[in-house]
Amino acid sequence: MAELDTSSSGHHKKGPGVKKAKKLSTRIDLTPMVDLGFLLITFFMYTTTLAKPKTMEINMPYKDEKMTEEQKSKVKESTALTILLSKDHRLYTYEGIGSDPTKPPELKPVSIAKNTTALRNVILAKKQAIEGLKQSGALNPTDNIVILIKPDSNSTYKDMVDVFDEMTITDTKVYAKVDITEQDREFIKLTEAANAGQ
Amino acid sequence: MPKVKMKRQSTNIDMTAMCDVAFLLLTFFMLATKFKKQEPVMVSTPSSISQIAIPDTSIMLITVDAKDRVFFSIDRKNVSQRGGAEARKGLIQDMNEYKKLGLTNDEVVAFQNGASVGIPLANLKQYLGADGATQAQLDKQSPGIPVDTSADNPNNELAQWIRVARNNNPYLRICIKGDVDTKYPAIDKIIATLGSMKIFRFNLITNLEQVPAGSPAYENAQKKS
Repeated sequence: MAELDTSSSGHHKKGPGVKKAKKLSTRIDLTPMVDLGFLLITFFMYTTTLAKPKTMEINMPYKDEKMTEEQKSKVKESTALTILLSKDHRLYTYEGIGSDPTKPPELKPVSIAKNTTALRNVILAKKQAIEGLKQSGALNPTDNIVILIKPDSNSTYKDMVDVFDEMTITDTKVYAKVDITEQDREFIKLTEAANAGQ
Repeated sequence: MPKVKMKRQSTNIDMTAMCDVAFLLLTFFMLATKFKKQEPVMVSTPSSISQIAIPDTSIMLITVDAKDRVFFSIDRKNVSQRGGAEARKGLIQDMNEYKKLGLTNDEVVAFQNGASVGIPLANLKQYLGADGATQAQLDKQSPGIPVDTSADNPNNELAQWIRVARNNNPYLRICIKGDVDTKYPAIDKIIATLGSMKIFRFNLITNLEQVPAGSPAYENAQKKS
């Protein structure tokens, strides 16, 4: 590096009788500073490109008011898992589609306030149950888990994104976000009342 | 034992030239890059394991902040279908004709150079004519662009913006940037609006998070590598 040289140049005669102090060389080698400089530049170049926001691709199911019942895809009750998104990052999961009001399904509360591990365990447990049914012959080998996601109006966007992300993490290929029904809201009210009473 | 002692030679290389080059590069990059126009609202997006990066061009960005206000923007780099005119200029000129906003040329240029807009159409002219500080003030108080559940609703201004933008450039990719605290109904209205315009593919902007160990996605990633 350009060396800083603070030692005096040019000598002048000292007066008689003055002891000549020994001048130490003060050259500083600045090569490491240049190294650090380039290291920092390269580091920041890499970390700012890595920090670019990412996107999650969403494909909503095709919807048309004129679609007939036959054209809408059917979901098998035994392969379905429904997830209801409620307030305070709380979810309720139940097996099946929940289309029968006379047999309210058992809602299982799951909290994703801290992390989504509990939800992941529920999904993986259901997947294993379906594998068991396939082995026993109750289901075809092509029948896989179908997850219905029904967000309620008091849930947040983060809950929805976390649940979609769990679909990718648990490798669930068939899932859909559908509108929550009044029935589902009733199920939630009943479960909350039962839990509050305990 | 060496009889002749090798003369020690100084290995000091003069690094002045290196220093000069470094500062020249730094100055070049400082001057060559321009600051991005300030976004009217800061949004902290939720995280996901998705690693797909946002494309640089042809993006339509719908931002929803924590108070459920909707902002709309298209990037400047995409090319409009009308003779390659600048995309934002094409968009605002079409909106001007379509909704009879009565914008002057200065206001058109202000829109072109700006970032997201979150102002109802009735106040757009006033917003574009204002200076930077007033615009920042208006951004804070604005209720955002009105949205509803169907594109056929005349109050659904977001649908009108989307329609005009897609007329200019049918290849625009729709990206929704929501905040962690945005309520679900606000996002649902946007998705329903898109659905009623037969748009079923869009992107959600998220931060990158690590794939959790032991999950099926983690095992898939291990198999691939």
